[in-house]
Amino acid sequence: MDMSEEVLQQASPGLIPGSGTARAVKPTRLSPSLISWLQAGPMMLVFLAFFLIPLVFVVIVSFWDYNEYQLLPAFSGRGYTDTFEGCIAQLPELCTIGKTYLKTLKLCFLVWASTLFIGFWVAYFLAFHVRSKTWQMGLSLLCTIPFWTSNVIRMIAWIPLLGRNGLVNSGLVKTGLINHPIEWLLFSEFSVVLALVHLFTFFMVVPIFNSMVRIDKSLIEAAYDAGATGFQTLVNVIIPLAKPGIVIGSIFVITIVMGDFITIGVMGGQQIAAAGKIIETRVNALQFPAAAANAVILLVITFLIISMMSRIVDIKKEL
Amino acid sequence: MTETTRKTGVSRRTLLKGTAGLAGLAAGSGAITGFPYVKSAETKVLRYLGTAVNEGDDISKQCLKDIGIKIEYITATTDDVTKRVMTQPNSFDVLDTEYFSLKKIVPSGNILALDARKIKEFDNITPVFTKGETPGGKKIGGQGTAPWKVLYLEGKDSKKFATSATEFVTLIPTVYNADTLGIRPDLIKRPISSWSELLNPDFKGKASILNIPSIGIMDAAMVVEASGKYKYADKGNMTKEEIDLTMKVMTEAKKAGQFRAFWKDFNESVNLMASGETVIQSMWSPAVTKVRSMGIACTFQPLKEGYRSWASGFCVSKGVSGAKLEWAYEFVNWFLSGYAGAYLNRQGYYSAVLSTAKAHMEPYEWAYWMEGKPAEKDIKAPDGSLLEKAGAVRDGGSYEDRMGGVACWNAVMDENDYMVRKWNEFIAA
Repeated sequence: MDMSEEVLQQASPGLIPGSGTARAVKPTRLSPSLISWLQAGPMMLVFLAFFLIPLVFVVIVSFWDYNEYQLLPAFSGRGYTDTFEGCIAQLPELCTIGKTYLKTLKLCFLVWASTLFIGFWVAYFLAFHVRSKTWQMGLSLLCTIPFWTSNVIRMIAWIPLLGRNGLVNSGLVKTGLINHPIEWLLFSEFSVVLALVHLFTFFMVVPIFNSMVRIDKSLIEAAYDAGATGFQTLVNVIIPLAKPGIVIGSIFVITIVMGDFITIGVMGGQQIAAAGKIIETRVNALQFPAAAANAVILLVITFLIISMMSRIVDIKKEL
Repeated sequence: MTETTRKTGVSRRTLLKGTAGLAGLAAGSGAITGFPYVKSAETKVLRYLGTAVNEGDDISKQCLKDIGIKIEYITATTDDVTKRVMTQPNSFDVLDTEYFSLKKIVPSGNILALDARKIKEFDNITPVFTKGETPGGKKIGGQGTAPWKVLYLEGKDSKKFATSATEFVTLIPTVYNADTLGIRPDLIKRPISSWSELLNPDFKGKASILNIPSIGIMDAAMVVEASGKYKYADKGNMTKEEIDLTMKVMTEAKKAGQFRAFWKDFNESVNLMASGETVIQSMWSPAVTKVRSMGIACTFQPLKEGYRSWASGFCVSKGVSGAKLEWAYEFVNWFLSGYAGAYLNRQGYYSAVLSTAKAHMEPYEWAYWMEGKPAEKDIKAPDGSLLEKAGAVRDGGSYEDRMGGVACWNAVMDENDYMVRKWNEFIAA
């Protein structure tokens, strides 16, 4: 029995057949590679059954034809050609899909930049200024507060706050700072970004915090001893070492925002285009192949962004 | 011996699991149909798929009490109901859906038309559905998917709508209403009489429409026609050019900041109106009532161009047969027998069979809701909460006036695919 089996035995007796019951029979040997496969297996199966296979179906269906009430399983590029309708004819003006993605990317960038800025400093505070482990835990749990209510309730709650007659506007009017309520506080790009930042900063905080607590404190002391200013330590020591966390957090935020249509819909008053919203409208009209085609396009674009980011930082190496 | 005990335990459990799984599989696949009925004493259950409009708890409770059928509601949005009929026709028994979705559902072959001869009150169904006129003889506007155009099928398994009455009914009518704009009279402070007001720059940033493309574009068409820009042959079935024109008007309004937000959900529409975010928007009658019951002035404003109407009814899934089909008939007959109709009327909707609903309502209730007369006593909702004080008159008046004033019906256009693409373009503009 080699080391790995020994460890495995202790951790979960019974995994290797016959181990618990009969001492006389020599346990069958499992090769280390088989063990790793067994460990990774369940997740792999879940991935295969609920991600890869459905994804293959989506790609297949995106090349089907359809009518008002059914899918027609014959090869057709209609889902794609319809989507890019007018993209060349309307030049130099942007076509629907171009405008939609431009808007989605803009929102995505704003949310990413805001969550990164806020998330970085929250994580910095938690990692370097809060000394006790208990407080670190308690405070990071506080970051989950936005998730304590349902998505819909949370978004409805913005109306009394940011609405025309909401708390913020009536407060500002009363103090005499403005004469008329500010309209763009709600049902605007501002409110969409606000709601998304409010929701997803947490996804930035956790991985960055995780990277930061693992930074060897002696490195920071060394930097200080070598005469680096606080800013120099931040730029040359902390940020480079927190990079994996930053990239992982960014991947979380970007993938969620790229596909979001519920928050953008509700906070944008359903008047702001989003890649996810196009898919929703198509699905609701029972135009599944067109929806699938849009899903494939969204997937490709999101994948491109992610792979660009992993070019900047090799996550595998850093972890 | 511990080992033996454990072994038997496991095998018994495995056996049980296996059997249960098999039974479940059989039940799910419908393989049990035709099996001798051993469980006849058990509760009769019908799975009822629909939007929330008809799905009151009081209705299902009363139904269980009256005829012993247990109704299990499956609630979904209008779009999701249609989606479910297409993709999972075995997941429900009774379907409650709108007439305009029939253009998609009937060709799919996933529903079973009901036999008119088995519906006791069929001949008493309001002529709104069968003839396209009110009981008083007023002709009703037929643009869009008007119910009488899609009420009958040519044969039992036909996928074609019959032009004259047959015994094969696509949907047994249950509930319908005439929709118009809801306004906040306290904030607008002047009379509103035309659909064109929806795009009036006076209400810049304070207007809203429904975010369901096929319905939203109908409201838009009412506005276009009211402002004298164009006259449609059929608002419910536009040509590509007409869709372009309508969306252009809407896009200009959107770019100018006319709309505060689009709504999709009953509660969203109530919130927008009650909070004063919007002062004029397309709305549903009970949503107006809800705003009013919060103590906020809100009017379901009758407009000179008329109402946009909708209607829904019952059919069953293709997979339903035998005893279950009989229960479905029993249930539909019960639904038309008065209790449910009165319940719907009290919410501001209309019931399909007027005579039976009337028998289940107090004369003063009938006078207020259906005859447009001032309320003799306080008007209460089915749950007992106060809706209107004595003396109030229903917006739009009587049944005759409201249903007689219908201009068009919710619809699915032939150019639906194009329209949906244009809608996405409109949102992106």
